[in-house]
Amino acid sequence: MATTLTLKELSKKEDRFTHGHRMCSGCGAPIVVKIALMATDYPVVISNATGCLEVSSCISEFTAWNVPWIHTAFENAAATLSGVETMYRSLKKQGKMDREVKFIAFGGDGGTYDIGFQSLSGAMERGHDMIYICYDNGAYMNTGIQRSSATPLGADTTTCPAGSVIPGKLRSRKNLTKIMAAHNIPYVAQASPSHWQDFAKKVQKAHEIKGPKFINVIAPCNRGWRSKTNDAILLSRLAVNTCYWPLYEIENGTTKITVTPKQKLPIVDFLKPQGRFKHLFSPENEGLLTQVQDEIDREWEKLLKEAKTD
Amino acid sequence: MAKVVAVTGNEACANALRQVNPDVCGIYPITPQTDMMQRFASYIADGKVDTESILVESEHSSMSACIGAAAAGGRVVTATSSQGLALMWEMLHIASGDRLPIIMPVVNRALSAPLNIHGDHSDAMGARDTGWIQLWSENGQEAYDNTIQAFRIGEHMEIRLPVMVCLDGFIISHSIERMEYLEDQEVRDFVGPFKNFLPLLDLDKPKSYGPLILTDLYHEYKRAQHEVMTKVKDVVLDVAKDFEKLSGRKYGIFETYRLEDADIAIVILNSAAGTTKDVIDEFRDKGIKAGLLKPRLFRPFPFEEVAEALKHVKAVCVMDRADSFGGYGPLFMEVASALYPLERKPLLLNKVYGLGGRDYLPSHAAQVLTELHDISRSGKVNVLKEYIGVRE
Repeated sequence: MATTLTLKELSKKEDRFTHGHRMCSGCGAPIVVKIALMATDYPVVISNATGCLEVSSCISEFTAWNVPWIHTAFENAAATLSGVETMYRSLKKQGKMDREVKFIAFGGDGGTYDIGFQSLSGAMERGHDMIYICYDNGAYMNTGIQRSSATPLGADTTTCPAGSVIPGKLRSRKNLTKIMAAHNIPYVAQASPSHWQDFAKKVQKAHEIKGPKFINVIAPCNRGWRSKTNDAILLSRLAVNTCYWPLYEIENGTTKITVTPKQKLPIVDFLKPQGRFKHLFSPENEGLLTQVQDEIDREWEKLLKEAKTD
Repeated sequence: MAKVVAVTGNEACANALRQVNPDVCGIYPITPQTDMMQRFASYIADGKVDTESILVESEHSSMSACIGAAAAGGRVVTATSSQGLALMWEMLHIASGDRLPIIMPVVNRALSAPLNIHGDHSDAMGARDTGWIQLWSENGQEAYDNTIQAFRIGEHMEIRLPVMVCLDGFIISHSIERMEYLEDQEVRDFVGPFKNFLPLLDLDKPKSYGPLILTDLYHEYKRAQHEVMTKVKDVVLDVAKDFEKLSGRKYGIFETYRLEDADIAIVILNSAAGTTKDVIDEFRDKGIKAGLLKPRLFRPFPFEEVAEALKHVKAVCVMDRADSFGGYGPLFMEVASALYPLERKPLLLNKVYGLGGRDYLPSHAAQVLTELHDISRSGKVNVLKEYIGVRE
């Protein structure tokens, strides 16, 4: 029986990702991990790409993981887990294992959108029974806020700095969620820690579907976003309510928006509290700000149409 | 009962893997390894093994998946060549650092650029510092025998390290030879059931694989890897003893040929050793005391034993089918290091031969032996490192 998704029930569950990890105060990533593991009512094996989460959760003889956990390198959380899952299937087939086990890979956007993209695509195409969860904070935060293909248009990072000639990132984000959907895998979703119940439901649902699943979760990083330490939930909620980060799922090809903002807020509400977008509010970058809003409107309209058609 | 067959090196290795019946294998094509693992894929398709395959999208993912599978707890194999091994490089260190006994035939092939699919040793020599045990094979029989023994060596509870079994691309991988197969049951009994060590799938005792370890303990982990390598040699010899009882074929950490009383000697790996032995016989017939040393265990390198075997020789040529540009050939560097502590050292030469599948002919061996014979009398080495068989 899946745990009822109420705080009362969830609070009774044993922590599988424990306190004592060394993630920054206010980081979104451990919230993502905690929700995903609370929504997992099975024995689970975790694979973790190199990144903030990995370097901060298992150091020397200390580990924050109360479940089997493996990290090998940066670009291969999916490939590594595909090996673990294949060994599980082999042992099960040979009668050497009988328990039902679930498999989750965690990677940041660098390890997922960029360097781990091939490994992820391969594992999904091969049909391994696993959930890949990307915690997307929009840059290589672990190495000090470098631009990735998940970095939003206009953002100031250390490798696309907002300078006197170039105003930050000039390219739009890659839409990885849609790319994963194009793999025709049975379940793809976007989620946010601000909407924990929606996210937990998606994880529970994904576990009940056999085969490869992908969930993309926004994970605010106050260091990289240059926002207040206690704003992770506020900012991820604003990401949803401005439709910068729509909450939806694509199950067997059918798109469903799972949370529709009561009132679609202007993107500036999401951008304003973040230092990485500060330069967009100078008069000379007005055009870029308009471009950001236009793009979000266009993508949201597209998603609404897809959800309607399906 | 042994069965006499006529098969290629690739087929022999695939058959050894079938007989061992591993739990998981990674499969990705690369010339000249491709037909080894495609043969294995057909064993899976025909239900001849229990193995689950992972048909990966690159060699990097192949080694990553093999690491995941081996950490999960079971017997894991893959095979590769050349660029494939180069692409795995990062993960090779992780397989050995995590002490996972993955077994991998490496069908030796040149590295780009220029692109070349033929046999040389640049690939495996480029991986010599990755912490893997390396066994080298002169022919299909040795590749088959080494593959079977590799499981016992790598999976030994005192060792737990991955093993590469090296065989020459095309020359061995694609040439049909007469050789002997063991019975399936004999191989299974010899290799034995896989023994787990801290498996990830032990759900009740969760383990964390692959921590961050900085200045406090990293150095100690690496020393542990160094120390385990010092134990490998004895295990290789013990396993070889058992294997001899089973097969009648004797293996050591290297092979010597007419070396005991030799004045001059060639040190050479893999298939070229066969050609060299024939030419040594011709020189012996002429009254010149020539001999050969063919390393089998290249990692760890048996320094003391190699020095002992070569100490009486007047002049030695170490022949490399790979180069460390700007340095000496990789095999030469090991042999030179082995001989350095001797009070009376043989004179040393380094010849680079056969890159990118360039033929190694009896005339090349004769040329080297003639030069060694001259050096043994004059005591003078003119050019220490030189390419032979070059089109000028």
